Amino acid sequence: MENILEKIALCVERGKVNKASLFPADLKGEEGADELTLKAINSGIHPSEILNAGLIEGMRRIGEKFRLNKAFVPDVLISAKAMNTAMIHIKPFFLSNEIKSKGKVLIGTVMGDLHDIGKNIVGMIIRGGGWEVIDVGVDVTPKKFVETARTEKPDAICLSALLTTTMLNMENIVTEIKGVFPKMPVLVGGAPLTMEYAKSINADFYSPDPQKALDFLNNIKHTK
Amino acid sequence: MNRLSELLGIKKLLVCDGAWGTMLQNKGLKPGECPELLNLTYPKLVKEIPEAYSKAGAELVKTNSFGGNKYRLSHYSLERKIFEINKTAAEISKDGVKDKALILGSIGPSGVILMMGDTSEEEMYETYSIQASALEAGGADALLIETFSDIQEAIIAIKAAKDNTNLEIISTFTFEKTIDGDFKTMMGYTPTQICEEVEKAGIGYIGTNCGNGFEAMAYIIKEFKEKSELPLVVNANAGLPTIRDKGIYYPETPEYVSSIISKLVEAGASIIGGCCGTTPQHINEIRRVIDIMRSKC
Repeated sequence: MENILEKIALCVERGKVNKASLFPADLKGEEGADELTLKAINSGIHPSEILNAGLIEGMRRIGEKFRLNKAFVPDVLISAKAMNTAMIHIKPFFLSNEIKSKGKVLIGTVMGDLHDIGKNIVGMIIRGGGWEVIDVGVDVTPKKFVETARTEKPDAICLSALLTTTMLNMENIVTEIKGVFPKMPVLVGGAPLTMEYAKSINADFYSPDPQKALDFLNNIKHTK
Repeated sequence: MNRLSELLGIKKLLVCDGAWGTMLQNKGLKPGECPELLNLTYPKLVKEIPEAYSKAGAELVKTNSFGGNKYRLSHYSLERKIFEINKTAAEISKDGVKDKALILGSIGPSGVILMMGDTSEEEMYETYSIQASALEAGGADALLIETFSDIQEAIIAIKAAKDNTNLEIISTFTFEKTIDGDFKTMMGYTPTQICEEVEKAGIGYIGTNCGNGFEAMAYIIKEFKEKSELPLVVNANAGLPTIRDKGIYYPETPEYVSSIISKLVEAGASIIGGCCGTTPQHINEIRRVIDIMRSKC
């Protein structure tokens, strides 16, 4: 049993989607995250265990490698694809409430900024960590963050900016969010940001990499 | 039509201009506005930038067309104006430099990732083809395919430029320093891998732009030099920006930058200019140092 979960984790970490996928070359012809997840469900392993010890574990490993510059954007994308493919088999158990997501996160690139690669990577790692992620897109106004937060009731909000100029729009967005939801944790990230800047605009957390953002979220959920 | 290689052959070292985005912001471009639309709405304002850089001593001047592709322009519902925006960009720069500099038509990345399946290679090729043709039609002397991180996308842009124009092509990539001290693009590529893959696509110049400041560029250029015979290009940021008094501040001053130029030339760079945060004062200093170096050649 442990063996199949470890295999699933490895498939997610390496980005082995299914048997037909040609990547990675050394796993060609072998079963991927897709088939192994289905097999694990059919063999009676609880879906939450498959999710935690297999899929989330695989994403945790790639997130860690990304943090250490041992993996790059394409590696995370292919891992997320493997996870998403496998998740098709797990989703029915969410719908029947047999397993629950860790919580809900709202994520978006701030007003004036059209860059979404960083935001998408962070979204993938957080989703890969067992959270539900609501992506509100790019060029998101303070109003849209607040309105979506009203309807979606997330546990935290993540703001992304790539440019120094658009990073300055974060302050206004944090203020608007905190004005309506004073206890809402707001995480900020993006190439030009620093912890110092995050503090100066009253954000709760700055993450230099996606994995740290996930760790922070898992921690707030824990302490809630 | 190889005006760039002719000029480099004569001068041996060339000075490129500096930042455009931060210059436009200083002139009133607001976050959220389309920088390239200013070519049509405020051409006089845009023209001040090539004028300033040419006066400061830049021998190569870029165009306000970095995001002039379908993916970025469609966000502002301007995807039908790709040709017009890019052609005008080249015309404005040409007009601004008054024959004192060559024009490099700027082509930035699409912002979409091919392997995500958000677009096709054909679609990407088409938009870069329109952009490259328009820049040539507007009077660009060469094309600068800059700030790329993905080899596959760069090759598509280069092929589009080669198939549709007679212009020489410069290809520059943006690197970050990894924990191990190597330089890699966001997509994980090293300068070595880029030389191996991208040179074959038929470029005349290779190099690096944006990044973490002038000094780090010397390491990247050294790696390029080991693998490539092509002339090497550096367009560096004035360091990593910080916030000061609610404004953005780039730490590397013109004086500091001028002290690094000899290191870049020693590492193998032959075209040197600036990216984000650099100003005509930076370019003026670079030109001063390059002039001294040229007089000693």
